[in-house]
Amino acid sequence: MTPGSNDWPARVVVVGASAAGLAVVEAARGQGYRGELTLIGDEPHLPYDRPPLSKQLLTSDWSPERLLLRERAHLDELAVAMRLGQPASGLDADSREVVLADGDRVPYDALVVATGVRARRLPGSDGISGVHVLRTLGDALALRAELTPGRRLVVLGAGVLGAEAAAVAQGLGAEVTVIDPLAWPLARIVNREIGDWLADIHRERGVDLRLSSAPVTAIRTTAGRTEAVELADGTVLPADTVLVAIGATPAVQWLAGSPIVIGGREPATGSGGVLCDRRGQAAPGIYAAGDVAAWQDPATGEHRRYEHRLNATEQGRAVARALLDPDFTPPPSVPYFWSDQYDLKLQTFGTLDADDQFTVVDGSLHARRFIGVSHRDGLVRGALGVGMPRQLRAWRTAVADRAPWKETTPA
Amino acid sequence: MKITVEADKCCAGGQCVLAAPEVFDQRDEDGIVVLLTGTPDSSQYDAVREAAQICPAACIHVTDN
Repeated sequence: MTPGSNDWPARVVVVGASAAGLAVVEAARGQGYRGELTLIGDEPHLPYDRPPLSKQLLTSDWSPERLLLRERAHLDELAVAMRLGQPASGLDADSREVVLADGDRVPYDALVVATGVRARRLPGSDGISGVHVLRTLGDALALRAELTPGRRLVVLGAGVLGAEAAAVAQGLGAEVTVIDPLAWPLARIVNREIGDWLADIHRERGVDLRLSSAPVTAIRTTAGRTEAVELADGTVLPADTVLVAIGATPAVQWLAGSPIVIGGREPATGSGGVLCDRRGQAAPGIYAAGDVAAWQDPATGEHRRYEHRLNATEQGRAVARALLDPDFTPPPSVPYFWSDQYDLKLQTFGTLDADDQFTVVDGSLHARRFIGVSHRDGLVRGALGVGMPRQLRAWRTAVADRAPWKETTPA
Repeated sequence: MKITVEADKCCAGGQCVLAAPEVFDQRDEDGIVVLLTGTPDSSQYDAVREAAQICPAACIHVTDN
């Protein structure tokens, strides 16, 4: 189709005003789309970036303004109608309308679901002062205000968010304890060898890292404020502040009763995302992108969600193309992830499954500067680098191609 | 077209180099973005816009003259 094609939808509505939603509207305009674009967001802020919430924003190195993904002038040029601070509460697919929390209805010809995920909360912890989650700017500012020297912080969960927040809090002088039922940190992203290496670093910095921990049974309170975390084995961890970092669930409640299918469920939590084909289409005229979306992987046929920052932008851009061009097929994607902890930057391309073989091909874990390659059945599946970003990029093509494994740096 | 980068926002992912290798590179020591030219040839405009959009740290800014 050519720009301005009569087949293009007259009104494109994007629900979710974060990285994926922004990518949709930016890429649609880039494709020459001149129809009505509406961006609906539940938070009152212009689109902002989330990875710094557990990094530069939490350390106070950055002010909230630095998180804005685009300047207001740039957004004005895109000519997008913004409905911010206004959650979507329902979808009426028969009449092609998004229902907002205030009862207003927004009609669409094409819809993109980019509502992301919500932090999982600890059952029974709602309303306890000093218990935090970390997903939004408001969450980060509230937590930041409590991270003072000597403060006893207990972090529930040693995933990316918990590990990054623990590193920041330790640097700010808090007394940090991290508990996790799994045997190593970042267990969903890195293998045991890297996890053990990372655990040593946290402990060396003074974090009380308790892995293979018993589950939390209660938050003990005084006058409505957290005092301690109680575990099933009888352990009592004094806690002035608690960060609940036990993962996130796709924000799909507002889609209940619509034809959109929720799938790609994770065994651990049972939470699923918007089931999409390999072009991000969930139903006729309805697409999804970013953390909320479980796209079909063309290589395996399986549906999988990625809560990775780059994925949000890539899928948002692809959806903008797909909804304007029925013949568009997205290029193959290589999952990319990074995490900053203390003075270390971890980066991965592809995946590092626990039962893959893992070989350090450059540098060493001891030097805290290395590249390791994950491989199975003689094929490259992923690469992880610490402190060697430029050299790591050379492995991306091998990961994308599932190239035959050999222990030499690609040209 | 004029390009500026906020190097202190860069996450060293190298996505800009993949999109526009004639315009962006990474420092050897820490992978931070290096701008090879702030005023690229018009043949590079599409690649530069892609790099700015795809950057997972939103640290590349493009102004059209």
